[in-house]
Amino acid sequence: MATLTEAPPPLTPTAAETKPPRRRGRLTPYLLLLPGLLWLFVFFALPMIYQASTSVQTGSLEEGYKVTWHFATYWNALSEYWPQFLRSLAYAASATVLCLLLGYPLAYLIAFRAGRWKNLVMILVIAPFFTSFLIRTLAWKTILADGGPVVGALNSLHVLDVTSWLGWTSGDRVLATPLAVVCGLTYNFLPFMILPLYTSLERIDGRLHEAAGDLYAKPWTTFRKVTFPLSMPGVVSGTLLTFIPASGDYVNAELLGSTDTRMIGNVIQTQFLRILDYPTAAALSFILMAGILIMVTVYIRRSGTEDLV
Amino acid sequence: MEQYEPDRLSPAQMAAIRRSYRNGRAALTRRSLLRASAGGALTLGGLGALSACGIPAAGKTEGGTSAEDHSAKEKTVSFSNWTEYMDVDDSGRHHPTLEAFTERTGIKVKYTEDINDNNEFFGKIKPQLSAGQDTGRDIIVLTDWLAARLIRLGWVQKLDPSNLPHAYSNLSPQFRNPDWDPGRAYSYPWQGISTVIAYNKKALDGTEVKSVSDLLDNPRLKGRVGFLTEMRDTMGMTLLDMGKDPARFTDDDFDAAVARLQKGVDKGQIRRFTGNDYTSDLTKGDLAACLAWAGDVVQLKADSPDVDFVIPDSGYLTSSDNMCVPNKARHKTNAERLMDYYYEPPVAAQLAAYINYVCPVDGVKTELAKIDEDAASNPLIVPDKAMQAKSHAFRSLSAEEETAYETKFAKLTGA
Repeated sequence: MATLTEAPPPLTPTAAETKPPRRRGRLTPYLLLLPGLLWLFVFFALPMIYQASTSVQTGSLEEGYKVTWHFATYWNALSEYWPQFLRSLAYAASATVLCLLLGYPLAYLIAFRAGRWKNLVMILVIAPFFTSFLIRTLAWKTILADGGPVVGALNSLHVLDVTSWLGWTSGDRVLATPLAVVCGLTYNFLPFMILPLYTSLERIDGRLHEAAGDLYAKPWTTFRKVTFPLSMPGVVSGTLLTFIPASGDYVNAELLGSTDTRMIGNVIQTQFLRILDYPTAAALSFILMAGILIMVTVYIRRSGTEDLV
Repeated sequence: MEQYEPDRLSPAQMAAIRRSYRNGRAALTRRSLLRASAGGALTLGGLGALSACGIPAAGKTEGGTSAEDHSAKEKTVSFSNWTEYMDVDDSGRHHPTLEAFTERTGIKVKYTEDINDNNEFFGKIKPQLSAGQDTGRDIIVLTDWLAARLIRLGWVQKLDPSNLPHAYSNLSPQFRNPDWDPGRAYSYPWQGISTVIAYNKKALDGTEVKSVSDLLDNPRLKGRVGFLTEMRDTMGMTLLDMGKDPARFTDDDFDAAVARLQKGVDKGQIRRFTGNDYTSDLTKGDLAACLAWAGDVVQLKADSPDVDFVIPDSGYLTSSDNMCVPNKARHKTNAERLMDYYYEPPVAAQLAAYINYVCPVDGVKTELAKIDEDAASNPLIVPDKAMQAKSHAFRSLSAEEETAYETKFAKLTGA
């Protein structure tokens, strides 16, 4: 059969690959790595060490801070601010799910159906990045304004009665409620979901779909059994790229939220800049990091995908 | 059937194919990420031990505060100010008062608008000042409480009165003796800021707002009331409304005021606590009424006719943004000359006509009237006797009080 002849060439090592490289050649990759490693050391490792140290210090601005291995700061921070932690994770999770629901069809469309419009649609996805994060978020204040058309329409359709009963909005407004914050998060992180989804969908060989059809799979079955499993790497990296920054975000909660929607990012900002309680701020950052690391680890293990891009 | 015969592949292509069969084209796999994060955690643990040593604590500067004054040799001064806090000509590129200063004295002014927020700016200059280094700035403009904190920490220099003759004689009495800098030894006000109640007539729809009590209690304003994230402004106005003097209140008074605001938060009366962004909410009518800074209100009123303001009978809060010379500044004398220059009434009037804040210079009124009749008669820019009588200042706080109050206030605002 013709199809069989297209099988991959045998995987035997070739002579060129087994020959030991010269000495200078062996150092080259490390030298090339050097700028990256330095960058990581200065902008990642050093600040982390500094923060770790800060989190176990005690003192005040006047007297200075000393490392006293005061680990109780962690416990105090957690017992004081666990509601904000849970809220951040809940908002980030909601935004991630919404991003996936909105982003998957769009990525699918771009990958398989957009044809010659592919590049244009991709540019449209990325276009919002040309304006600043802050401006994009502020725009939502205009979109969701109390007297604006969106809220007016939602009100006349009685949607807000339902969301308000669920506790997502309050009264006949959307701004300064949890819904507004989640909408803001979803909007701001949507491209981070679409791009990896698109990359992994685009790699799927179209002939697999034809093959599934030849084997009498309905379109839905094809999607369920072929397309979706093959796009799992994109789903996993997309959700990570959305969830991780969203759970630490504070701009959306600050601008679109109210007192009862403050996220852990807002608490850290307040502790660090306003109350000047640097140890608590540092401890909160580490708790957030540890929490996300654990959740992401469990998630990746469970998702059962091997590739991440 | 025609058979498909692939071209012979180069070793590099072969290697690429092999890699792609082993693991897709992705270099980053689940396993490698797990390994990497475990490795990262281990490294961190090991480095934790390092953290015991070698990280200097933030604290008071040791040793001298003044650097050698290079004013005579280097005819420059570096001035850091808030955004939109200086007169600009029609082209938007020149600052007429600054250029006139350079023309008269030969001192070039490096003017930077790099202050957006007191807390942020403090975070920015703290590392240098706590290490006793030059910040590269000769004049910085800080709101009362931050100026007070820097004076307390010994991070700003004492000014030389002999370089400040105009400032000394023209500073209006209202600003002369703050409890954190009596007699203005370390600072001179750039502009005064009044905190008042602003409202949107259309959004109020006939509801009358005259006091903080109206904001907190009128059910018709539910969810459309804003307070400020500046602790002193919000708490000061609430204290005044409860009959307490923000210049002399106790911990109990403070707690009572927090409880009163908390009730407003709990029943959904207060929509949110805002920084400067209340301006857009107010003009759109999402906020019907809120605490606001008078300088903004003058501007907003000019742009949107629905916005107006009211001074509560219980009084209002006035603070100021103050020019200070940070430690180790290279051009202290030049800085003092520039400060003094802005206390000459004609110059002050030129500035006041442009930026609409409370002018701290006595005798500016007649000069201002020559430029802008309306501004001169606006009590928000040049306070009359009745206005001055209602003005209150928030007392300075000790470091412990500041932490305690900010913590309580942060709880109130949700974090």
